[in-house]
Amino acid sequence: MNTRLLWTAFVTIVVKEIRRFTRIWVQTLLPPAITMTLYFIIFGNLIGSRIGDMGGFDYMEYIVPGLIMMSVITNSYGNVVSSFFGTKFQRNIEELLVSPVPNWIILAGYVIGGASRGLIVGFIVTLLSLFFTDLQIHHLLITIGVVILTAILFALGGFINAVYARTFDDIAIVPTFILTPLTYLGGVFYSIQLLPDFWQGVSQLNPILYMVNSFRYGILGVSDINIGFAFAMIIGFIVLLGGFAMYLLRTGKGIRE
Amino acid sequence: MTTALSIQDLRKVYGNGFEALKGISLEVEQGDFFALLGPNGAGKSTTLGIVSSLVNKSSGKVCVFGHDIDTQLAQAKQCLGVVPQEFNFNPFEKVLDIVVTQAGYYGIKRKQATERAEHYLRKLGLWDKRNERARMLSGGMKRRLMIARALVHEPKLLILDEPTAGVDIELRRSMWDFLTEINAAGTTIILTTHYLEEAESLCRNIAIIDHGTIIQNTSIKALLQQLDTETFILDLEGDFAELPRLDGYVIRARDAHTLEVDVPKSSGLNALFQHLQALGLEVTSMRNKANRLEELFVSLVDKNLKQEST
Repeated sequence: MNTRLLWTAFVTIVVKEIRRFTRIWVQTLLPPAITMTLYFIIFGNLIGSRIGDMGGFDYMEYIVPGLIMMSVITNSYGNVVSSFFGTKFQRNIEELLVSPVPNWIILAGYVIGGASRGLIVGFIVTLLSLFFTDLQIHHLLITIGVVILTAILFALGGFINAVYARTFDDIAIVPTFILTPLTYLGGVFYSIQLLPDFWQGVSQLNPILYMVNSFRYGILGVSDINIGFAFAMIIGFIVLLGGFAMYLLRTGKGIRE
Repeated sequence: MTTALSIQDLRKVYGNGFEALKGISLEVEQGDFFALLGPNGAGKSTTLGIVSSLVNKSSGKVCVFGHDIDTQLAQAKQCLGVVPQEFNFNPFEKVLDIVVTQAGYYGIKRKQATERAEHYLRKLGLWDKRNERARMLSGGMKRRLMIARALVHEPKLLILDEPTAGVDIELRRSMWDFLTEINAAGTTIILTTHYLEEAESLCRNIAIIDHGTIIQNTSIKALLQQLDTETFILDLEGDFAELPRLDGYVIRARDAHTLEVDVPKSSGLNALFQHLQALGLEVTSMRNKANRLEELFVSLVDKNLKQEST
């Protein structure tokens, strides 16, 4: 396929994915908006007013970047894992497999589709946060860069999960038992400076900590970690998971007999 | 003449050790209407699955219009349209979207894709249903939707895996007309079916596959010439007192006014009718006991089974 045909195929997959989650917006876009509004009200306003400052900022201001990032992570991952698994389950993956679309376009289409949902939800949550606090962006490029890369990384994670999944239970295990705990322990609600040294060390093994803190640095200008290292790590993980996802597609794991 | 599909020594061993294909070779010429027949589990769907990249082969070579699927997979796929046995579209998508999206996978821009989708949906009587979710369609409509989807990029080779399974007779006939029309327009068609009447009516050439090997690969005409006896059912006007006997024919009674007669191809029917007339028996109607191809198919598969068991 030449470049023009590849582009058309890529756009077709991305548009199909975006249409899917916008068609069922009550299931995909509304719940995170409601959940995050509750977080803002309960943790940010009611409890946060008693906590006081965190990292030199009002508690509400401190948790907003983390909550935006949490929405981006869970929705990027959730979109690809459910969409690609559904495609496998209903066997309409065969529509793609019989066509001349190369594997890297299939992967890119699903990942960009999933990242789009993550970013749209992130944008909605950002708009909602403006009802509770004033957001001043400290470093626009870092903010945009880290949120896009994180959305891509977790969309890739969702894709790999979907390839391995055989049942609907399999697509819920990773988000429930791995992603959510890591996100909550990744400094969304607190600075790791509050933890004892040992737990600070343990927290630094959590990759989500680096994403949440880089994003918080982009918005507030404070971070518990080195931003350069965080970017390198996110890009490294993208290369690693992207390569693995391509390997799975090439061998037909879970999608070809 | 160009070869539309060339399969050489194709083998498939599944993960559980089951050998679905034991080194089959097959050629289908451009413009042919080709039937791939075989009992359930014979290896038909595995063969077509490998050709359409849904199943990984264990070894062997497959070329579609000269494009080797190992080295020129994209070009091979561009020539192929596939109508699978099972419904494999997203049931929550609209009919038109399913066809237009499929065209997009082949690099066809939305405007042209929509025009082509309209053409094929109209041809297949689905245009009125274009805005319905696919799950709302009847079984026959779903099958036609899969045909429209497979044709939207205008493939040179169309593969249909039991396209008329579960479709009523009237619709089946209209699908036959449609397939005959696109074949006449130049599309090579490979068909698997359990309706042997369908293969006999539509196809020029045939391969019979059983237990992963090809046991017959010839033209339908040549295959039917192998049939040396046909069995007819004769309905008589009145009851017969005694079972008629005639040299060269095997005659059995079904009931007091119905005969079942094995007629050797060399003997013909004239002598039989003359004999019955002489006995004062009038034949009111006559039909084949089974489809001619069906008789052959059953005998070939039985023969293969006996050979395998010895």
